[in-house]
Formats: sequence, structure tokens, C-alpha cells
Amino acid sequence: MGDHTVMNGKPLASIISVGMSKFGKRDGVCARELFTEAAIEAFESCPILNPKKDVKALFVGQMGESFEHQGHTGPTVLDWVGLLPIPAMRTESACSSSAVAIRAGIFAVMSGLYDVVMVGGVEKMTHRTTPEVTEYLAMACDYPFEQWQGVTFPGLFAMVATAHMHKYGTTEKQMALVAVKNHHNGAMNPKAHMQKEITLEQALSSRVVAWPLKLYDCSLITDGASCMILTKPELAKKFTDTPVHIIGSGQASDTIGLYEREVLTSLAAGRLAGEEAFKMAGITPSDVDVAEVHDCFTIAEIVAYEDLGFCKPGEGGRLVEEGATNIDGKVAVNTSGGLKAKGHPVGATGVAQACEVYLQLTEQAGRRQVKSAEIGLTHNIGGLGATGVVNVYKRG
Amino acid sequence: MSEPANTICVENFYKFVSEGKLMGAKCNKCGALHLPPKPICANCFSTDLKWVPMSPRGKLVTYTVIHVAPKQFEAMVPYPVGIVKLDDGPQLLGRIRDIEPEELKIGMKLSVDFEKPSTAQTQWPTWPRYYFKPT
Repeated sequence: MGDHTVMNGKPLASIISVGMSKFGKRDGVCARELFTEAAIEAFESCPILNPKKDVKALFVGQMGESFEHQGHTGPTVLDWVGLLPIPAMRTESACSSSAVAIRAGIFAVMSGLYDVVMVGGVEKMTHRTTPEVTEYLAMACDYPFEQWQGVTFPGLFAMVATAHMHKYGTTEKQMALVAVKNHHNGAMNPKAHMQKEITLEQALSSRVVAWPLKLYDCSLITDGASCMILTKPELAKKFTDTPVHIIGSGQASDTIGLYEREVLTSLAAGRLAGEEAFKMAGITPSDVDVAEVHDCFTIAEIVAYEDLGFCKPGEGGRLVEEGATNIDGKVAVNTSGGLKAKGHPVGATGVAQACEVYLQLTEQAGRRQVKSAEIGLTHNIGGLGATGVVNVYKRG
Repeated sequence: MSEPANTICVENFYKFVSEGKLMGAKCNKCGALHLPPKPICANCFSTDLKWVPMSPRGKLVTYTVIHVAPKQFEAMVPYPVGIVKLDDGPQLLGRIRDIEPEELKIGMKLSVDFEKPSTAQTQWPTWPRYYFKPT
């Protein structure tokens, strides 16, 4: 926990605009162009903002330079959005790379150094073969004791699933229900990669990737970019009548190797990040109306319910079975379709989650709108939970 | 120039593996046993650690069966991978051999064995591998 975590709901920073590229298989465009697509939407959604004059720094999350053989992403995407010569910085923490960028943006405006900053994320993945993407994504877990020993990234989450099934009786059907729910939501999101419903039977009969996880338990390899404009809370109303305030932010770390951990049914970094964010925001898990959580695999969403306190440890499978996390449920989870159906361009995911929460809290989520949502949450996991980031948001 | 054999590092762990030895890093100050080997004892913050032999025996705590594998493992699919809690305390991940996937059970006793080091180097990023087999 940080040294000064009790803010009692005082806004840390405010989102005045968001933008997202279309997520999907985006042949013919590269990462910098995807990022530009997201940035243009964020600029156009906030006509009072003068990007050239107002935006003072960029923080952009991206996981891997292997995908495009391109490093130094900060100044590259900054140049493409026409904002040279302000400072630009890339943040990397595997699948949570842009959630960490949000925190960098929060620090930047809270420090008083900048009034307005741009935060985003990007990944271009689908031009690579599946074995190549599998190899690059595996870099998020330990090399000498995991990758080298023949385990894959899905294999590691599969071991979390096996442990969860053994300890709590969680079933393959309950995991499949996460996929069914998220595909249902994704079908209502025009930006989602996979806009189609799936049946429980389809999910359960899909081919095994790493037992007990099957194809429909896995998120998608996707191209996409996400972007938002952050400012000091006291300046937010200068730019928009409907800002969204970030009122809590937590981050924690864990061992790079899953194999070192005593507890394999929970991701401690996500749990600790959540505890810090809730404390800072002065709220409890039951106050959350809408949440985007890290469903890189269906088991990860079930674990997230438990780590965030939406239910007790071991009850995550039942929570989805009861429909409590549907759009009209007790807490709507992954209304965007999640990583499962909206897609998971790894570096873009953290900010894309925040984009969905922003849309929900400003009543712009269309057919997937959660009625009068006031409090939102994002939960983003890097790798096998070596990084966990949770942010809490409130309608401004 | 390589590190001295007593340096607590990944490279030396795998040099021991190539000799058919499973070694952990023991803290000379508080006695905690660490695997993977790390140069600082996370328990007491001492940097005074030494290599000690570890029991190769342990119990399976979780597992998966890999059906979609990276290129170098593709010929072996489907193959099981598990995390084993060694009798000395630390946990280790590796492939489980000489067993049918449906025979795997959490809690079953497994022990560490070593691949023949003939082809593998003992340098990052390739080393001889260890694996688990039924006791």
C-alpha cells in the first residue's frame, strides 16, 4: 500500500474524453495508425480541447516490440498524432501496460507538473502467426523456470483453473458461462472484435488448448488502440459537462513465476491493488455498479470476482451462474465484451477498460448501458498476476 | 567469463541440473531455503546464501495438459505440466513424464529427474531440463 492511500473519495484525476480504434483483425494498418484512430476520436469527442495547446505529455502502454519489430513507441505514436515535441513515454507491464500508463498519468497531473495529459495503449498482433504470438505473449511469464520447461501462457492459467476446481468445485461449465456472457455483451459493442453470441454447448465443445481451458475460454488475439485525456479534477468542467473522476487507484506486484506461490486460486496482486483502490475511494465492493475485469481466460474473471470482493473466495463460479454479473445483475462485469469478445490487444487493454467505464458512467454505452451507473471499476492483470492494477471511477 | 560455481544465479542452478543435481539456495542467516535461487534472502534480507542439495521428492499441487504448444514442444502434445511442492518446501514447475494425463491427481507423489544433457547447452537461453515422474 502507498503511504498516503486514504483520500476518502477525493478525485485524483479526471477523464474528459476517451477514444478507441475499432478492435479486430486490422489488416493494412500498423500500431501508430491504430493509435491515431483512437486519438482522433478522443480529440473529436472533446471540441473544447485544443490538443496542440493543452496536451502536455503522453503516456502510452505497449507490451511487445517483437510484434512489429518496432521499439520507442512513445515518440512514434506522438509524432503520428501531431503532438511533437511534448514528452512521450512508453509503459510496459505485459497485459497491464496501459493500466500502468493511467497511473503514470494520474501521477503526472497530481504532481502539479501538467494540467492535461494523454494516456493510451496500443498493440498490433494479428499479422503474426499464432505460434509467434504465443511465443511473444509467453514473455510475460518467467523464462528460465516456466517457458523453458514447456508451459504456455494458457497452460499457466489452466493450472490456476485446475487448482480452483480442486479446491472449490468450480466447473468447466461455470467457466464457459463467463464466455457466453461476455460474447453476449460484445455482440452489443460496435467496437468489439467478435460481435456474435455463442452457446454454452459451443464453448464446452471447443477444442482443448490447455486442459481444462478450451478455445472459448481464451481471449482473442486482436489489433487495437485506446486513448483518454486526463486532467486535474478542478479543471475538468472547463472541458466537459460530463467528466468521470478517478477516485481510487491501486497497484501491486507478485512473483514473475506462478510456481513460486503458495496460493494458486487467487492473484494476490489484483486483490491487493483492489484493496488499495477501494480504501482510497472510500467505497466497498458492493458500491460498484459496473466493472471491467481481466478475463484473459474465463477462470481469470472468476478469480477476479473473488479477489475484488464481489463474492467470497470459491463462490465466483456460482456468481456468474446466478447471472449476478450480467448487465442487469448486482454488478455488471465486462459489459464491453471483455478481453474475451471485445478482444485483447494487450497494450491497449488497460485504457480500453477505462474507456468502457467512461462510456457507462456518461450514459453513452448504447444497448449495453447499465442503468444509472455511478461507480465503475477496472481490474487489469499483467502476465500471471505479477502486476495487478485496479482503478475506481465516479460519475462527475 | 562465467560466474564462480558458488554464485547464487540461474545459470549455476542449471549447471547443477546438467550434473543431475537439484540444488537450492539456503540463507546462512535465517535458514530459509529458496528456489528459484535469488541473491537476496526475501525472508531476512541477508545476501549470505549457499547452495544445498534438495530432496527430489514432492507432491503435485496443480497441473494442466498442454494441447497447443510452442514450436519446440509441438511433437510432444498433448503433454502434462505441473507444479510440485518439494518435500523441502519450495515449488517447481516442469513436464510430467511416464504417466497418462488421466492418471494425474492433485496430491500424488512425484519426483524430479533429469534429461540427458548431451544436446543442451548450459547457457542462457538453453539448458538441460529437469522433469517429474511418478515416484
